[in-house]
Amino acid sequence: MSKTVTFTVFRYDPERDRKPHYKDYKVELRRAGMMVLDGLNQIRWEQDGTLSYRRSCREGVCGSDGFNINGVNMLACITHIEDLKEPIVVQPLPSMPVIKDLVVDFTDFYNKYYLIKPYLITKTPPPSDRERLQSPEDRRKLDGLYECILCGCCSSSCPSYWADPNYLGPAALLKAWRFIADSRDEGTDERLEIINDRDGAWRCHTILNCVEACPKLLNPTEAIAHLKKTIISKKF
Amino acid sequence: MAELNVTIHKHDAVIVGAGGAGLRAALEASRSVNTAVISQVFPTRSHTVAAQGGVAASLSNVEPDDWVWHMFDTIKGSDYLGDQDAIEFMCRMAPEVVIELEHMGMPFSRLNDGKIFQRRFGGHTKDFGKDAICRTCAAADRTGHAMLHTLYEQCVKSGVVFYNEFFALQLLTNEGHVVGVLTWDMCNGGFHIFHAKATLFATGGYVRVYRTNSNAHINTGDGLSLALRAGLPAEDLEFVQFHPTGIYGVGNLITEGVRGEGGYLLNKDGERFMKRYAPTVWDLASRDVVSRAMAEEMRQGRGCGPKGDFILLKLDHVGADLIHERLPGIWELARVFAYVDCTKEPIPVVPTAHYSMGGIPTNRFAEVVLGGMDGKEEVVRGFYAAGEAACASVHGANRLGSNSLLDIMVFGKVGGAKMAEFAESLPEHVPLPENPGKEGIQEVRKLLDTTDGERMAAIWDELKDTMELNCGVFRTEETLTTQRTVLDRLCERFKTVRVFDKSLAYNLDLIETLELGHMLDFSKAIVEGALARTESRGAHYRDDFPKRDDENWHKHTLAVMEEDGSIRLDYKPVRMKPLTVPTFEPKERVY
Repeated sequence: MSKTVTFTVFRYDPERDRKPHYKDYKVELRRAGMMVLDGLNQIRWEQDGTLSYRRSCREGVCGSDGFNINGVNMLACITHIEDLKEPIVVQPLPSMPVIKDLVVDFTDFYNKYYLIKPYLITKTPPPSDRERLQSPEDRRKLDGLYECILCGCCSSSCPSYWADPNYLGPAALLKAWRFIADSRDEGTDERLEIINDRDGAWRCHTILNCVEACPKLLNPTEAIAHLKKTIISKKF
Repeated sequence: MAELNVTIHKHDAVIVGAGGAGLRAALEASRSVNTAVISQVFPTRSHTVAAQGGVAASLSNVEPDDWVWHMFDTIKGSDYLGDQDAIEFMCRMAPEVVIELEHMGMPFSRLNDGKIFQRRFGGHTKDFGKDAICRTCAAADRTGHAMLHTLYEQCVKSGVVFYNEFFALQLLTNEGHVVGVLTWDMCNGGFHIFHAKATLFATGGYVRVYRTNSNAHINTGDGLSLALRAGLPAEDLEFVQFHPTGIYGVGNLITEGVRGEGGYLLNKDGERFMKRYAPTVWDLASRDVVSRAMAEEMRQGRGCGPKGDFILLKLDHVGADLIHERLPGIWELARVFAYVDCTKEPIPVVPTAHYSMGGIPTNRFAEVVLGGMDGKEEVVRGFYAAGEAACASVHGANRLGSNSLLDIMVFGKVGGAKMAEFAESLPEHVPLPENPGKEGIQEVRKLLDTTDGERMAAIWDELKDTMELNCGVFRTEETLTTQRTVLDRLCERFKTVRVFDKSLAYNLDLIETLELGHMLDFSKAIVEGALARTESRGAHYRDDFPKRDDENWHKHTLAVMEEDGSIRLDYKPVRMKPLTVPTFEPKERVY
């Protein structure tokens, strides 16, 4: 007989439910290495078509299926069921408004991302017929920064982000440092002006939840420390 | 279901799909006209994000290269089914579009002199096949991620309007023009019409119809079936590429860049079998050649594991440092999905459904075209297609690795420019037809109103399994005829399908059921095309007709859906005349 595990899933349908509730499902482990996303798919395809969640790449690169699983934010598509304690409690990312079940509203998260000017800013025109040059050392400074997939796991795990609705949050700040750290970028001053604020880099209290939550093993706290250091060093 | 109003939005240019092709088109169009992008997912979640290996361009950063060599490789790779004018156009434009990406801020890996890093890739050679060449420009093994994010960043900067999480239901036509698209608001429910002067489909590929595939959940070929339902043809659908190295059991892709960096394939005897199938470039032959060699090894009992049903991909010998610097993403994938540390052990792999060579027929300007064997092509006014949803045909019967990211940049850019030009030439929008989107609205209403019948999952399961079994790496008249019967039966079952979820907010059950309807429609076209094509060419391999037959089959398949849902086939010639260089005549393919 194959093994089954219990999933306890957060359910909320705005058209029907006054309050959210939890529902238990049995997931059958049919092969080694099944992920939490495989379990959710099994529930929806075979047991309960009303369950909603986002998913796309199913290999940890698109950032669609960030959920709170057994109390920690992670991507369902790269989290092995067998590594988790039962029951496996799947909830939406904390602090974000719920649209339905595990689907949350990312509007505020994206707006904060847009705010930091998330694109290369240049004032010097590039060479007309070839690439700008960048040394491998300078390029290496982007490793650990450009891999962010905007899944929201970091920001929605941050108590400062929960407490202060205006705080930009680790994802947006990591993105800001990704551009400031780029030897080709010339937008440092305008970005720092936005970030040098009580709702910007200074709201980070180094709680480090973001580091723990990041499924890409990035370190937003470190990026924020670099931002703070750069702001200070510009002053003196 | 409650009555829902239809909201109408008006833009000059509307792009459906926010992957690389869609965003590149949007960026280009937005420079001169009001441009909107409609996407089923937040843009950076499109499937382009999963592309690993790189984008081909003859930059000559590592060794001397020439776009004509790239052009020759692409034509040979296509098994001479690619249109040579479009291929020349793409290969000549490659350096320009790659350099533009760098200027936009794409974080390419770098060589010691500061130029963009380039690596070897399957099927790319120097001097017309003499040896492998470093032509593929890469950002480690996250090139698609780096590209998609960079393009999205630029679109944000340039003020493109995004409608995220809208699902396309119907292509709208009037007076011989395409005038926009009907969509469903996935988050809130409700119908929205996007009325446009120019509409571009960049809706991605269709290999989710196969059980073992490398694609995202969203790659269900929706744009393709919407075009078929609007009476437009689909081209060369029988050509479905199997990538040699999907992870055994799950299908997640291990980039060809691994072999480009020195990795190689082994059978159960520990033999590098590719030397027998491709004596010049071994593991760097084109994908159809390598996939079939692997399948052949397994058929002859030389596969690995207790069932002999996988091949090993070895790369530990290139060194942990190189793997962590150049292939960090695949190290992660191998660890998570195959429980393998690829700096120490080989990765179990199998040929995996990966890429759709076929699509909505276009010319080299991303304009959708009609026209059969008489050779005259007619442009469908106001309609464009780019990327995997389109068939330009630059990939012919088989696509070379790292030519897909190139395809989406070149034809996205050109398509965006063309649609802006066309939109500017029209003084006013062509009006919407009477009762616009009636069929699409009806389709959703019916699904939400039906309260009994079976759910989509069992039908979908059978579709995936049987397509893989009967229309996969190997095909025969018998398997394809069987599949035709299976599809008829599944379509019959689908007529009474039931959506379990009746809510308007984020109804994934509804979306997946709509997607299944799309997949059933174009699967019929894949199977009919494959059954008719009694030859083996590129990715289409017929066990009962193992030879390429240029005399009878050197032509493109066009599939048209009749009123009753059946498929009628037509054909059109391959465009053999390049723009400026002499024709590359078909030859036997030896790697």
